[in-house]
Amino acid sequence: MVQMELYLVVSTFMMFVGIYGFFTRRNLLAMLISVELILNSVDINFAVFNRFLFPGQLEGFFFALFAIGVSAAETAVAIAIIINIYRNIRNIQVKNLNEMKH
Amino acid sequence: MKEILHFLSEAKYSSFIIKIVIMTLNLIVFIVLALFIGVCSVLAVTTGRILRAATYLLFVLFGTAGIYFQLNYSFLGAVQLLIYAGGITVLYVFSILLTSSQGDKAEPLKSKKMIAGLASTLAGLGICLFVMLKHKYLPSKFVEGELDVRTIGHTLMGMDKYQYVLPFEVISILLLACIVGGIMIARKR
Repeated sequence: MVQMELYLVVSTFMMFVGIYGFFTRRNLLAMLISVELILNSVDINFAVFNRFLFPGQLEGFFFALFAIGVSAAETAVAIAIIINIYRNIRNIQVKNLNEMKH
Repeated sequence: MKEILHFLSEAKYSSFIIKIVIMTLNLIVFIVLALFIGVCSVLAVTTGRILRAATYLLFVLFGTAGIYFQLNYSFLGAVQLLIYAGGITVLYVFSILLTSSQGDKAEPLKSKKMIAGLASTLAGLGICLFVMLKHKYLPSKFVEGELDVRTIGHTLMGMDKYQYVLPFEVISILLLACIVGGIMIARKR
């Protein structure tokens, strides 16, 4: 079987690609896509640790399951907020967001 | 007698060969998945058009589901495909179509900002990889075999220790709050 560290390398790479996107993107939806990448990499880690280190238990499995549910909820609310912002200022760029203040 | 012994030893040998072949196939599948995930995730955060970014995100989610399937967690892979690839990506595509006009491209990044982001990210990646590869984990072993759905169901619905009916109920309330919140935020007034 493939070594555990290889899976962890993949998920770490994915997480930092997500962080890079979060730093550099200037569009709210693109930033949300980067956040999805980060959440997804953490889910991989939970599943891998459960499978390789604690094969008799199910904690990591269920944590990944609930994390998927929570991230679905988070995405739905965030997209509702973004559409509301678009309705107000006709734009979802981060630099225009302070127009929402007045 | 001698022939039988010879046959047995050959059978042992062939099972060993089969094991090696399976391990190599597993490794090949893993490498393909890893390259797919890596390339698609980099493209998802660097491409200029946001609809393409959503499509690459979909590919990354497919690759993640492939990793779950390879770990013999078919249920988790199916959940990943259903909720992430089926639900969330559709939500993204619809909201992108609602909020950005045709041919909308991200303005090119200032090189100073890009270098700063890249440097901090690479530093974090280096530190994390270093710590992760140096750390001595518990002895890891891969137990073959599928996790059957009966176990998952009993664990999800049981009330004993290491069973998860309380998080299940809490997450149902969270989803209800999320639906109500989404409607409240996004409705027309």
